Amino acid sequence: MMPDLGAYATEILLAYAASLTVLGGLVLWVWARSRRVRRDLRTLETRLNRTS
Amino acid sequence: MASLWEYANPVKFMKVSGWLLPLTAVLAAVSVGVGLIWGFFFTPDDFRQGSTVKIIFLHVPSAFLAINAWVMMLVASVIWLVRRHHVSALAAKAAGPIGATMTLIALMTGAIWGQPMWGTWWVWDPRLTSFLILFLFYIGYIALWSAIEDPDTAADLTSVLCLVGSVFAVLSRYAAIFWNQGLHQGASLSVAPGERMNWAYKGPLYLCMAGFFLLFLALVLAGTRTEIRARRIKALEMRERANG
Repeated sequence: MMPDLGAYATEILLAYAASLTVLGGLVLWVWARSRRVRRDLRTLETRLNRTS
Repeated sequence: MASLWEYANPVKFMKVSGWLLPLTAVLAAVSVGVGLIWGFFFTPDDFRQGSTVKIIFLHVPSAFLAINAWVMMLVASVIWLVRRHHVSALAAKAAGPIGATMTLIALMTGAIWGQPMWGTWWVWDPRLTSFLILFLFYIGYIALWSAIEDPDTAADLTSVLCLVGSVFAVLSRYAAIFWNQGLHQGASLSVAPGERMNWAYKGPLYLCMAGFFLLFLALVLAGTRTEIRARRIKALEMRERANG
């Protein structure tokens, strides 16, 4: 299944691994921040509704 | 045009982006996944570059997005400066880290490709240098947003920075033409007559470019929704403090 990358296998695998790691990190960061802010807003709104 | 400005309303934006986000995220995952698998596993070696041609499927889409993310931020910044729509300023803020990541990927993959093809990781070539400066502008833009407490002042100052940085976004795109020197070749995809890229490479490349664009769109939508919520948290906390 793995294609024959010849003499440049290291460079190609490094390019794919580094790029996908950085891209995956970005997606995870956006997702985690979205979850955290949504949870904080929900907590705050619940508290304000209770006190009002 | 009046209908376009309706989306500058945060409530309307949240409603529309609520159904648009999952759609773009799924389409992005499918097209990036299929495009990269096609490019990595099923493309032949190039007669000059050998198997390193496979790096093009990461390098070109990320470089394309690195420049166009800044263009999107420029448009959003101008809308903020002219019409004071908060959603546009927050969309520009959300696009900053995504554009910076795309620029970093373009720089990394370019360096990794350059080592076997040019015999060096880096040269102070006009296009490479302008891309590095664009990356530094992205870092400065993100830092400026974080450094200023008042969101409207932050939006004003980052918009001005975005206008200045646009020079380097344009230079990054056209540096190889303006100076006609250095190691970096011209555009990989061109409508001009001359050397054409074979469809064996063009197919997965177009798919990867579409996928990266959709990924950018999905991440900007998600990021803007988060920024709107964060802005609401700040407003509620201020109201709570004011009410004692």
